[in-house]
Amino acid sequence: MSNIDVWKIREDFPILKAKVRGKDLVYLDNAATTQKPQIVIDKLVQYYSEMNSNIHRGVHYLSELSTKEFEKARKIVKKFINANFDEEIIFTRGTTESINLVASSFGKKFINEGDEIIISAMEHHSNIVPWQMVCEERGAILKVIPMNDDAELMMDEFKKLISEKTKLVSIVHISNSLGTINPIRNIIKIAHQAGAKVLIDGAQSVQHLKVDVNNLDCDFFVLSGHKLYGPTGVGILYGKKELLEAMPPYQGGGDMIRSVTFEKTLYNDLPYKFEAGTPNIADGIALGTAIQYVESIGLDNIYEYEMELLNYGTEKLLEIPELRIIGTAKEKASVISFVLDNIHPHDVGTLLDREGVAVRTGHHCTEPVMRRFDVPATSRASFSFYNTKEEIDALVKAIKRTILMFG
Amino acid sequence: MNDLDELYQQVILDHNKNPKNFGILEDFNFHAKGHNPLCGDQITVYLKIKDDIIEDVTFAGNGCAISKASGSIMTTLIKGKSLDNAKKLFGEFHDIVTSDPESEVDFEGLGKLAVFAGVREFPARVKCASLSWHTLKQALENSEETAITE
Ligand SMILES: Cc1ncc(COP(=O)(O)O)c(C=O)c1O
Repeated sequence: MSNIDVWKIREDFPILKAKVRGKDLVYLDNAATTQKPQIVIDKLVQYYSEMNSNIHRGVHYLSELSTKEFEKARKIVKKFINANFDEEIIFTRGTTESINLVASSFGKKFINEGDEIIISAMEHHSNIVPWQMVCEERGAILKVIPMNDDAELMMDEFKKLISEKTKLVSIVHISNSLGTINPIRNIIKIAHQAGAKVLIDGAQSVQHLKVDVNNLDCDFFVLSGHKLYGPTGVGILYGKKELLEAMPPYQGGGDMIRSVTFEKTLYNDLPYKFEAGTPNIADGIALGTAIQYVESIGLDNIYEYEMELLNYGTEKLLEIPELRIIGTAKEKASVISFVLDNIHPHDVGTLLDREGVAVRTGHHCTEPVMRRFDVPATSRASFSFYNTKEEIDALVKAIKRTILMFG
Repeated sequence: MNDLDELYQQVILDHNKNPKNFGILEDFNFHAKGHNPLCGDQITVYLKIKDDIIEDVTFAGNGCAISKASGSIMTTLIKGKSLDNAKKLFGEFHDIVTSDPESEVDFEGLGKLAVFAGVREFPARVKCASLSWHTLKQALENSEETAITE
């Protein structure tokens, strides 16, 4: 048994006591967004009631206080993913904005006509569309690493795709619709041997397993606060300092400049060069709190417990003969996508909702994945360390009831 | 009946299982594709229209029970009807699914469309029920663009 005392942990999350349509809430949509522990909610209230003021601008007490707290959050993130410098941590609106920042800024500087960018067949739309836009703008070419029927990337194909033309490889660490944990260490090594830079989309990984960007040696790493038990509206771009320094600013405005005249503007140093305008101060600070909370439980413990849930859930779901799991990689996180014979996922979602069970149905912003597995959509249950085996039983029961109804 | 029973009435479940007018029409002269990006549903409506009369109509594609049943019932209702009549039915259907769930529905006057009163309780599902109707409208306007329920 793991070191997680799930019943004690659940006490930290007020929403888990909610009733939905008269039933106990069974929240299994953690890949879309995670719930927030009370201390994160408290931090937001505390910020607005005790520290609210703009940062990096005033000499007054409150401004100094909020600046200090915001910069403290940056240090917490830095330590959490083991970056080398504070300046390598850029606050953004989320994974989507982080990727767009790199696409736009790195693209302008380093991507030229005939260059190639490699992504994979299991990317979220946010790691497809920005690169398509760059390719169109710069005359570059987008290549896609295929996956096998178990939803594992085909590394041999990757080795064939990569060449000295490849400028960037942008890959999801853990697939949000399939659960696959990609062999990113190997991908980074191969890409670097070819002279390409690597961006890792960690939107679905930092909440499940320990990430060490230094050790991985990735060039960029992006994440969303709201999937990491923190607030919505804040995310992180990690980038290697030399690279970020070489890249042009993304947006212009306040905070990102050192001096402005109508003739010439001098840009600020990192990380502020990439943080134009008043940032999301409150949510940035609360993201720091969320990370401290996750660390207090321990990612090793989280990983172990969530694997227990994954194995239990997989076993129980496979006992339903009409059910097929999409995404059967050997290395998987606690995300299970499934389809039922002759019942559309949308109907499954509505019927499970009536039992208080929240799952996600649809294409999960990964339309190419749906096409690859020839399904219009899937239902997806994604587990967090606050979920229980009893909740998985409730899911299974609700699915069986759905099958019965559609008979 | 509770809300859910109302959404998934036996009529809807039956139409889902054995949809009427399902498949590609051989000699259609109007058609349109419909797409609901939220759930990935895609349907095509095929029409054979002569002298302003819908002589034949089918729908094909994949979708949830609500959208399939809606396509099945829609095609049944409009087959043999005049274009004006079909447009009037579109209006009636639209009024039902977008009306306030608290409001009374005149079930008698609605006939087969009445089963869709249940979707009013499920805002996320209104688009599923509307997909085939919006696609029909698109086909009648003979536009090449895909109808999107948003
Ligand atoms: C793998 C992956 N990448 C990117 C994103 C986009 O994250 P956000 O919407 O927070 O910007 C998500 C969120 O759904 C995701 O799961």
